[in-house]
Amino acid sequence: MAKQSIVPFGPQHPVLPEPVHLDLVLEDEVVVKAVPSIGFVHRGLEKLVETKDFKEYVYIAERVCGICSFGHGMGYCQSVEHILGVEVPRRADYLRTIWMEMSRIHSHLLWLGLLADAMGFESLFMQSWRLREKILDMFDATTGGRIIFSVNCIGGVLKDMDNGMLRRLVETLDSIERDLRPLADTFLQDYTVGTRLIGLGVLKGEDATLAGAVGPMLRASGVGYDARQLGYAAYNDLDFAPVTAQEGDSYARCQVRIQEIYQSIRLIRQAADKIPNGPISVPVKGNPNGEYFQRIEQPRGEAVYYVKGSGGKFIDRFRLRTPTTSNIPPMLDMLKGCQLADVPLLILTIDPCISCTER
Amino acid sequence: MAKLAKSPWLLHYDGSSCNGCDIEVLACTTPVYDIERFGIINTGDPFQADILLITGGINHQSEAVVKQIYSQMPDPKVVVAVGICACTGGVFKDCYNIKGGVDTVIPVDVYVPGCAARPQAIIDGVVKALEILQQKREAFLARRA
Ligand code: SF4
Repeated sequence: MAKQSIVPFGPQHPVLPEPVHLDLVLEDEVVVKAVPSIGFVHRGLEKLVETKDFKEYVYIAERVCGICSFGHGMGYCQSVEHILGVEVPRRADYLRTIWMEMSRIHSHLLWLGLLADAMGFESLFMQSWRLREKILDMFDATTGGRIIFSVNCIGGVLKDMDNGMLRRLVETLDSIERDLRPLADTFLQDYTVGTRLIGLGVLKGEDATLAGAVGPMLRASGVGYDARQLGYAAYNDLDFAPVTAQEGDSYARCQVRIQEIYQSIRLIRQAADKIPNGPISVPVKGNPNGEYFQRIEQPRGEAVYYVKGSGGKFIDRFRLRTPTTSNIPPMLDMLKGCQLADVPLLILTIDPCISCTER
Repeated sequence: MAKLAKSPWLLHYDGSSCNGCDIEVLACTTPVYDIERFGIINTGDPFQADILLITGGINHQSEAVVKQIYSQMPDPKVVVAVGICACTGGVFKDCYNIKGGVDTVIPVDVYVPGCAARPQAIIDGVVKALEILQQKREAFLARRA
């Protein structure tokens, strides 16, 4: 048996924009075990519900993570609305769906860029992020923010889109779809990219389910599970099917995410067609008393929100299970037996969001 | 700026941010904002960096890491706190695990407020940091002479 050595990875590492630390146990160049240690961005947000008004807490919930901020706000609001028995206007549901799908496009493009960067393919990184700016411009135009939008409130949303804006959104999406084609071809057909992705970090469907993988990670292993099919917000009116791939390797994960960008574009088009007129929010009276459990599909996978209130202004407990938390165990399985040089790329393929995980 | 002796290199670390400011820092280096036109390159190595961009407040675990990175950077160096979290703690100020802004552990030269700080504001902050870097460099050379 070769001698074992331990290589520390992180917390400050060029590949990851966020700090995470792994101790990699190596035998020559092969990883035999990876031991994670986390907590570098733990802030203790869940505890803040005890000192912030439940309506104010929406803003904190959005700041759990800057990439899926819209989804976190929406998940929290939906849970509280269910406890209060508030019926959100249909138009607000549609607007939430549109913003949610825009977040997905933005998040997946961001990930594609980071993946290219991890492979050292600089121009592809720049191109992906250039494309992403278009969707950020639309966020800026519709909500006033590029990253943190603060458009969710208990009882609906705070901002509306008029018909001109919806048309502009659909036109922007057309141009994104056009520009994404050559990028997608590079990711999926380029020989060099293929050598870094194909057959790497294989996770079989059964193992993925057992280890608790969620989101694109699970769907790339051939399991067609997508929490959007539960039909929250306006998803029950829209027509879509989960995107899956069979191989379960890094290439499949890349493929699933690219297809999901196209899927999101189609979903927004459908929603922009069907969106009904009407108010965008309803007044909310009273304080939450009871508990509720909400699941939504974030760009990285299924997130679970749990809210418990006992009739006061402050909520007793807010719990959030983020997709990355459940994707870490399958990632550790994946890392076993891989080459040291592939570690950064494999960590990236789960699309880790550390600030979500540690809150 | 004209007197800039060399192209400064930039190091980015996430104190305990929500990620929002991090991706804006990265967005600064990509085509639309393109911080590289000032000769700035994003590096991952503290030993070669001149400007340290920190996003997010400082928590009890990242404190030691931030101090270490700061001490590894060669003199003269400047620190830019990006986002309101990094300036004061922001919305997370009341959290039990947050010590406060970056200036509670290392000296900060430029504060860029905003939640999330916009790329334009970040670039402005970095350009201000370049001036401070130049002053520090002159003072450093004068002290050595
Ligand atoms: S300032 Fe706002 S966007 Fe930036 S890290 Fe803090 S909470 Fe996130």
